[in-house]
Amino acid sequence: MQLNARIPEGPIQDKWANRRFDLKLVAPHNRRRFEVIVVGTGLAGAAAAATLGAAGYHVKAFTYHDSTRRAHSIAAQGGINAAKDYHGEGDSIYRLFYDTVKGGDYRSREANVYRLAEVSNEIIDQCVAQGVPFAREYGGLLHNRSFGGAQVSRTFYARGQTGQQLLLGSYQALAREVGQGTVELFTHTEMLDVVVVDGRAAGIVVRDLETGAITSHSAHVVILATGGYSNAFYLSTNAMACNTTAIWRAHRKGALFANPAFTQIHPTCIPASDETQSKLTLMSESLRNDGRIWVSKTAGDHRAPAEIAEGERDYYLERRYPAYGNLTPRDVASRAAKVVVDEGKGVGELRNGVYLDFEEAIGRLGRDVIEARYGNLFEMYERITGEDPYRVPMRIYPAPHYTMGGLWVDYDLMSTIPGLFVAGEANFSDHGANRLGASALMQGLADGYFVLPYTVAGHLAGMLGEAPVPTTHPAFVAAVAEVEDRLGRLLVANGSRTVDWFHRELGKIMIEHCGMARSAEGLRQALAEIPPLREEFHRDVRVLGDNESMNQSLERAGRVIDFFELAELMCRDALYREESCGGHFRVEHQTPEGEALRNDDDFAHVAAWGWEGEGAEPSLTKEELEFESVALAQRSYK
Amino acid sequence: MDLTLRVWRQSGPGDKGRFEEYPAPGIASHMSFLEMLDIVNERLTLAGVEPIAFDHDCREGICGTCGLMIDGRPHGPWEGTATCQLHMREYHDGDTITIEPWRAKGFPHIKDLVVDRRAFDRIVEAGGYITVSAGSAPDANLIPIPKEAAEYAMDAAACIGCGACVAACPNGAAQLFVAAKYSHLSLLPQGQPERWSRAEAMVDTMEHYFGSCSNHGECEAACPKNISLDFIALLNRDYIRAKWKNRRLAGQS
Ligand SMILES: Cc1cc2nc3c(=O)[nH]c(=O)nc-3n(C[C@H](O)[C@H](O)[C@H](O)COP(=O)(O)OP(=O)(O)OC[C@H]3O[C@@H](n4cnc5c(N)ncnc54)[C@H](O)[C@@H]3O)c2cc1C
Ligand code: FES
Repeated sequence: MQLNARIPEGPIQDKWANRRFDLKLVAPHNRRRFEVIVVGTGLAGAAAAATLGAAGYHVKAFTYHDSTRRAHSIAAQGGINAAKDYHGEGDSIYRLFYDTVKGGDYRSREANVYRLAEVSNEIIDQCVAQGVPFAREYGGLLHNRSFGGAQVSRTFYARGQTGQQLLLGSYQALAREVGQGTVELFTHTEMLDVVVVDGRAAGIVVRDLETGAITSHSAHVVILATGGYSNAFYLSTNAMACNTTAIWRAHRKGALFANPAFTQIHPTCIPASDETQSKLTLMSESLRNDGRIWVSKTAGDHRAPAEIAEGERDYYLERRYPAYGNLTPRDVASRAAKVVVDEGKGVGELRNGVYLDFEEAIGRLGRDVIEARYGNLFEMYERITGEDPYRVPMRIYPAPHYTMGGLWVDYDLMSTIPGLFVAGEANFSDHGANRLGASALMQGLADGYFVLPYTVAGHLAGMLGEAPVPTTHPAFVAAVAEVEDRLGRLLVANGSRTVDWFHRELGKIMIEHCGMARSAEGLRQALAEIPPLREEFHRDVRVLGDNESMNQSLERAGRVIDFFELAELMCRDALYREESCGGHFRVEHQTPEGEALRNDDDFAHVAAWGWEGEGAEPSLTKEELEFESVALAQRSYK
Repeated sequence: MDLTLRVWRQSGPGDKGRFEEYPAPGIASHMSFLEMLDIVNERLTLAGVEPIAFDHDCREGICGTCGLMIDGRPHGPWEGTATCQLHMREYHDGDTITIEPWRAKGFPHIKDLVVDRRAFDRIVEAGGYITVSAGSAPDANLIPIPKEAAEYAMDAAACIGCGACVAACPNGAAQLFVAAKYSHLSLLPQGQPERWSRAEAMVDTMEHYFGSCSNHGECEAACPKNISLDFIALLNRDYIRAKWKNRRLAGQS
């Protein structure tokens, strides 16, 4: 297969304008003839569904949550970037673009990133108009903070609840359309397959989570905005239900999966307290603005932090990266934490963390200021750990958090299945090998409000007069039968282990071999361990209950099946990529100082994998990345 | 520690439902309440008993999906805390814990501890938004908003839509939820043009699904985000004004 990213002609700053001009339009009176399916109503999906609905298309939106407002986007704490330069620091669209390409370790597509930076300002305008209560200064204007990987303050935030407020904005926009009848909303409804007819996306198969009913829906285009797959690691900062099923099923139907190994480990999470832990809690990275990260200089030093004198502490980020200090990008900060913990300098009962200390900031700014900035985060920390971070330093450790990989999309966000668009964390498009803080919210809203409404329209314009494929078509009937069979087999296996047990075991393999540091040997071992575990799952899993009412074990079991297959592809991709870049760190490829060593000669490309059938090797297609505006350079945050 | 759970089991709306008792031995105090339930569910599964259905997702107190009535209190004993943030260090060896779903006319039962809270969304659909189509917004700094106003709006916007207020209310009223959403939008300059239509539409829709507020104040005590009753006062005042404004005096401020 040949990949055509369909990047528009012209200088980088004109590409998006050129594309918008070239895209065909659909006249207002024709829009209601088009059926659009949106799966996922997080930031990306809700924004897309609301905007397309308001434009006049007939939209059906699906989510497995009981309400749009519960999507995982709600949990984002820190903020959203934009190139407003409201504070005269020399920020610009170009600088945001440059930082994002560099932060992604030169593994993203320049044209997409530029567009992202370009629409970033409109996002803030849109959100403020919707009533998002961003933080303000006393004069009433918007306040900003800085975030990892940037030397300007370009992050807009709403206390520690930015994702919540942004999602409420798009939830309300979508609710308005639902109220007006332009969008039909299906909640507690999980998509379990994509239907492809004549090589084009024709619709989806869904299950009603309350009744178990399996039905199908057809449309002219299908948009997947179903979030990331960090839960392949079992323990992650993602919400419990986040999963890969939607994009994995699309992958099995022909959509290429790009850079599955590009996953991000977030440096500031609360360390696990034991085996039974169900998820890890993120402490916003914004804390690194004022908190200082340190461990004792001596391994095995079990003294309380207050007893360790200033001179005995190693502020290792400030030492190793004086220019960025505690604000180095996530991948760099995470690996540095792993290094000190591996050296036996970890803190806390399980020796599995490092300190994030606010003593100096409280002394400099006063407790009030710190409380105003991070009050709710401190509270959350105390609730979980029982420790008061105003008095004792927080303990933090990296945890899986975000997935840069996802379905391959072209410049218009269309996958390799025509008519199947992918937005938000579910696609691979903008963050390369590492995402900068506060850029995922920006991307989700950019895709949903400002990109898809144009590109989807352009695609639909060519289909005027075509009816959607009826759901009686044999391809729909077959897809429904396959889903029924998949679920039926889970219910009859009646084995001896729970779904969660298998998920935990898979997670252990993944974090060990495909986590923060990866080696060829470890990845080969993972690839040897996953298939037998998967087979054992199918043979020995126990899912009780039926498919006639709510069955949460059945829901989870279905998702774990897909995690198994995805996990293998993640390891394969990590093994294939003989270089270290961004969040992908291969121990074989590092500088003498232990920094990631890219291999631009052989790997300045997107690795897009194709499904070749169960048990068959996936196929590999490359999209070469061309850097015309930003010169390839070794990343340095020193 | 060893605990006993009394859990409400109900297979669906057609079932009458009943309490079942389950032993929960060997629970560690640093676990969260929901991790405790995960463990109980895994044990039930291995024992051949269908696990308890309960709602949850983010497990960090922000999505509003979780919501259990624990020993008669919505979200349990910790003030300003959602169920998912409650930790087992609250409990002692030998305790019996009673766990029920939210019970309210506006929240039809789905299964075990799960209820249908979609009536909340119907209220928001009726008017809990500011109309602005993508791309039409002016520059974000065009309208300064006093810091105090933005902060106060944020206090209201912090609502997670969990439904604890309804579950706590003897009348099953949703006033606190509606007041929070209403106030968030109506305290901001951007929310003024639709203020009066919003007040009327949201309250009228609320009354279709939920009971009437008689100022018990239980809702505020149960709220995991400490949303203040003051917002209810604002809502009530605006609703009455809206009845006039939306008709003859719509042009006046
Ligand atoms: C704890 C945490 C903090 C974060 N903080 C920040 C931050 O400060 N700044 C930042 O920029 N980014 C942050 N991120 C990242 C960011 O929140 C996410 O990348 C982003 O919100 C994803 O949005 P989305 O719309 O793509 O997906 P989501 O919000 O995950 O939404 C996915 C939607 O898809 C639906 N769905 C999924 N699969 C199916 C299916 N099969 N059938 C039906 N529906 C389905 C879900 O119900 C949901 O509606 C954070 C992430 C985490 C985990
Ligand atoms: S699970 Fe999200 S608030 Fe409790």
